[in-house]
Amino acid sequence: MTDIVTNPAPTQPENPDTKSRSLFQLAALRFRRNKAAMAGCVMMVLIALFSYIGPFFVPHSYDQVYSSYVSVGPSLEPRPDEASLEDAMRGVATRARVNLDEFNVEGQAFTATLSAESPIDPRATRYFDRANEFNNTQVVATENDGRVLKVEGNVSREYFFFGTDPNGRDMLARVMLGGQISIAVGLLASLVSLGIGVLYGATSGYLGGRVDNVMMRFVEILYSLPFVFLVVVLVVFFGRSFILIFLVIGAVEWLDMARIVRGQTLALKRREFVGAAQALGLSDWQIIRRHIIPNTIGPVIVFVTVVVPKVILLESFLSFLGLGVQAPLTSWGALISEGASNIQSAPWLLIFPAIFFVATLFSLNFIGDGLRDALDPKDR
Amino acid sequence: MLAFVLRRLASAVPTLFIVVTISFFLMRFAPGGPFNLERPLPPATMENIMRTYQLDQPLWRQYVTYITNAVQGDFGPSYIYKDNSVAELIGKGLPYSMELGLYALLLALIGGVTLGTIAALRQNSLLDFSIMSLATVGTTIPNFVVGPVLTLIFAIVLSMLPAGGWGDGSLRFLLLPMIALALPQLAVFARLTRGSMIEALHADHIRTARAYGLPPRIVVITHAMRGALLPVVSYLAPCAAALMTGSAVVETIFTIPGIGRYFVLGALNRDYTLVMGTVVLIAIFVIVFNLVVDLIYGLLDPRVRHD
Amino acid sequence: MTGTDENILSIRDLKVNFSTPDGMVNAVKGIGFDIKAGETLAVVGESGSGKSQTMMGIMGLLAKNGAVTGSAKYRGKELVGLPKSELNKVRGAKITMIFQEPMTSLDPLYTIGRQIAEPILYHRGGTRSEARKRVLELLELVGIPDPARRIDSYPHELSGGQRQRVMIAMALANEPDVLIADEPTTALDVTIQAQILNLLRSLQERFGMAIVLITHDLGIVRHFAERVVVMRRGEVVEQGTTEQIFENPTSSYTRMLIDAEPHGRKAPPADDAPIILEGRDVTVDFQIGKGLFSKGPKTFRAVDGVTVRLHEGQTIGVVGESGSGKSTLGRALLRLLPSDGAYRFGKQDISRHDRRQMRSLRKEMQLVFQDPYGSLSPRQTVGEVITEGLLVHEPGLSKADRDRRAIAALQEVGLDPAARNRYPHEFSGGQRQRIAIARAMILKPRVVILDEPTSALDRSVQGQVIDLLRKLQADHNLSYVFISHDLSVVKAISDYVIVMKNGEIVEQGETDAIFEAPKADYTKALIGAAFSV
Repeated sequence: MTDIVTNPAPTQPENPDTKSRSLFQLAALRFRRNKAAMAGCVMMVLIALFSYIGPFFVPHSYDQVYSSYVSVGPSLEPRPDEASLEDAMRGVATRARVNLDEFNVEGQAFTATLSAESPIDPRATRYFDRANEFNNTQVVATENDGRVLKVEGNVSREYFFFGTDPNGRDMLARVMLGGQISIAVGLLASLVSLGIGVLYGATSGYLGGRVDNVMMRFVEILYSLPFVFLVVVLVVFFGRSFILIFLVIGAVEWLDMARIVRGQTLALKRREFVGAAQALGLSDWQIIRRHIIPNTIGPVIVFVTVVVPKVILLESFLSFLGLGVQAPLTSWGALISEGASNIQSAPWLLIFPAIFFVATLFSLNFIGDGLRDALDPKDR
Repeated sequence: MLAFVLRRLASAVPTLFIVVTISFFLMRFAPGGPFNLERPLPPATMENIMRTYQLDQPLWRQYVTYITNAVQGDFGPSYIYKDNSVAELIGKGLPYSMELGLYALLLALIGGVTLGTIAALRQNSLLDFSIMSLATVGTTIPNFVVGPVLTLIFAIVLSMLPAGGWGDGSLRFLLLPMIALALPQLAVFARLTRGSMIEALHADHIRTARAYGLPPRIVVITHAMRGALLPVVSYLAPCAAALMTGSAVVETIFTIPGIGRYFVLGALNRDYTLVMGTVVLIAIFVIVFNLVVDLIYGLLDPRVRHD
Repeated sequence: MTGTDENILSIRDLKVNFSTPDGMVNAVKGIGFDIKAGETLAVVGESGSGKSQTMMGIMGLLAKNGAVTGSAKYRGKELVGLPKSELNKVRGAKITMIFQEPMTSLDPLYTIGRQIAEPILYHRGGTRSEARKRVLELLELVGIPDPARRIDSYPHELSGGQRQRVMIAMALANEPDVLIADEPTTALDVTIQAQILNLLRSLQERFGMAIVLITHDLGIVRHFAERVVVMRRGEVVEQGTTEQIFENPTSSYTRMLIDAEPHGRKAPPADDAPIILEGRDVTVDFQIGKGLFSKGPKTFRAVDGVTVRLHEGQTIGVVGESGSGKSTLGRALLRLLPSDGAYRFGKQDISRHDRRQMRSLRKEMQLVFQDPYGSLSPRQTVGEVITEGLLVHEPGLSKADRDRRAIAALQEVGLDPAARNRYPHEFSGGQRQRIAIARAMILKPRVVILDEPTSALDRSVQGQVIDLLRKLQADHNLSYVFISHDLSVVKAISDYVIVMKNGEIVEQGETDAIFEAPKADYTKALIGAAFSV
């Protein structure tokens, strides 16, 4: 006979002044003591903020193409640097059929002296504005009958902390967008699977007998349909819109949830409080709603933290196969698959999305483990 | 025992039938067809092709034909690999996928169970934490990342191993794809083992064994481990089925001539017969491995006896 | 067999602490007592008294978060703080244990022969076939029928009593000096309890080991132990010879424990009291094992043609051991499971009522369960638990009305009305059982079926719950069906008794008649086992 286990609950009634705590509050208390899980939470919040708030602080949008900066590496320095600016200027000058005599950059402004055999058309400044690097180019002085032109204008120097992709799009903005989509797909698909799975599993388990048999046979059949097949066919079937992708994933992922909830329900059904509810005359639906579902919440929450990363992985797998969200939208999975194919020439394409992706999955896993420990004190 | 096996196999028949039926109609209702190319074929040619493959028949007749042929082992011609029948394609690719999958399974099982047991015995220690972090890395990093990274390190930078291909089928060629395949499963096994081991170590009969002064080796290995392996064994079936039917990702990255890629290629190109063939194959694998696992379970646990 | 004066195990200033997230829990707070060679010492206490943890601490079997300090000397050898490899030479050889749960204390995956042989091989060496011979002897000794066949059985193939015999065989294998029996009979039926205790006693006479009997059951202590240590909340309240403790207890706690045996009798209702609930030829079959290809479903007849007539104001006690079908009968009477037979409630024939028709009657007939921990949903507040029935049966009530009814119901069962905002896990077993009773009483039922309502409670709490049930019956003219395996409780609360075995009625009659002059052999055995261990 074990008089005392780790859970001190039985000693509580003797000091009735202790604050009344629901099981949830107790679990929350235990959760907060779990350092790894709390670190996971903080990390997750930071990543979410990065993905959803970050874009407001980045001047580039995810689909803006900087054709001058194709596949540039990550750097804390602004681009372009002065040498390449001069190269760029020389290139523009050549296109405008003028000579570049002098070129200076000061901060965000440049001055240049141009010359040519014949008078220069002041409209040549348009050539400068056409380049990504320069804008607002104005003629400040004309010398030598218009053969020498002094121009000045603004340089637009861009920061690409994460580098750019082969299309010249800012990876920072794209990683942020990928995060938004991956997290959203993860959460929404998990919610879809949660909804279907809990209802299905609880109903099947509670009603039992023939209904249970039929409902579980159906699940088994879906199980034996290859998972990838289902997803691929459904995506092909419904198209590749964002909403459909998470619906499809959710519709496939609910099977595990239903099984878990059913297992829980079968155990709960034998508990006496369900018998008490039957003796009180509650209807089946009332019992499922009021007694079964609330008591499956622990394992279900834990399972959701497992499903979210799984869904993110699945979405990335779809993206890897080219079935994910359509360009210019992107997700971490799509970014990683692009990165993987350019791993030798541009490793940053893989590294940055992979870091965020792995950090997210890691955090979710720690949160899941923490929740499991917090919700099930027996599982020390 | 034999009766149990026969009964189970018999009850698999309707499941298989339903799987085939659902896949068949799901495939056919999906938009597009196997010959809807970017450059449309002339109508006459198209009609010809449709007739050759009997795609001009009403759907129900195609279905009946398919089932009738499939029962006799004829899964039809592939639409994209025009010179091959589906059975030929699978017959050629399956040995590669199965061999690679078997190695990966062994690696995952042995490695995972060992690591999980160590972690459980040293619960909450640094070792436990490191193993579990490793397992988290294993489950979280998808194999389309692991694959290229492994290639980059071992094949390109260190030039120790070939970057891909089956080669002579020696370990040199198979090591990288094997690791890429096994890693996520190894992590799952490690987690499962750790969890059930910890639970098993708390069981009443372990307390009995301790109370009778049995040495830790006997307590852990004979008493805790055997019970703890039961959930691991249950996971073996889906895992083995998944590994042995090939992985599209790993086979693509390492250019393994297995059947994993047929599946995705088939689905994308509406190669109805090829997809159906692989679906049937996977379903059979799942059913067979479930049966095998149930038999192993019966050997491990005297409370479950199949008669 | 009487002990010599040699102290074989001396415990001094022993403390057991558990570190929990809510701080340190002191389970045992510095206790001391001696065990003499060959004696039988009972350590008595209610749940939470630390009686088990004391022994677990000495044997090095505490949970990971537990720690033991102080001193426990076996023949002068300090056991506390001994390295595991040294401790392993003592435990299983010199000091052995048997546990409360024979169901889970044996490894389900190995034959009993192998499990008994393990400690023999480890402590004594020898070959497997020698060990097997010894195991056969031991099985014979503990009275396992057909040992040569049973030696290769798995635990699940044995009954609870047989499993406990196997544990005893294992404990005796190395002829220990001390056998610690931790609630060895609590999970067993009364008739089996007596067999196991008698077996222990006869083995002690033969081998002369000391027995430490950890128990909450004073009935066992009185008949079995020579000396008694009474524990409460981690401290020793009192110790002495059994005679001293029972005849002349010095502490009020001990006296309270002794007096907690249920008292009193119930007078039968008036002869013309109308029948309120009747079940004629109640028969319940359970389907066991069914499959697509098995030859027809197998059924198990749990209740076989039992007839029960409950009069207004009457309490029928239904006694029987586990598996006798008594709980199933209770549920069948409430029409909670599919059953054959004719049923009447008052003047109404309810034999053909379906679930929806029964729903309106549920208000009148209520059920209280055995396990006060399992019968309350952990996610509802007490208020939600007890007003749930009102939502179904009096949907017109406002929230405030329901709250008023909840307060009244809680007061009626002797709980602080403030309890309704708390969660069940904050209450003790007795309080929870009161909550469960309040949930039934709030509907103002006429019939209550009580399924082992006191079995999971400590003796001192049992008495209080029985008093409460009596008061409620008197106040509301309730009729009870009281299902229990505990004859002393049944004797105190019922005026009519039905004895069941294997789904059939063995004997029935007025309480006094049954207890004073039982006719059936089975009833005699039950009563004999319960009142003179």
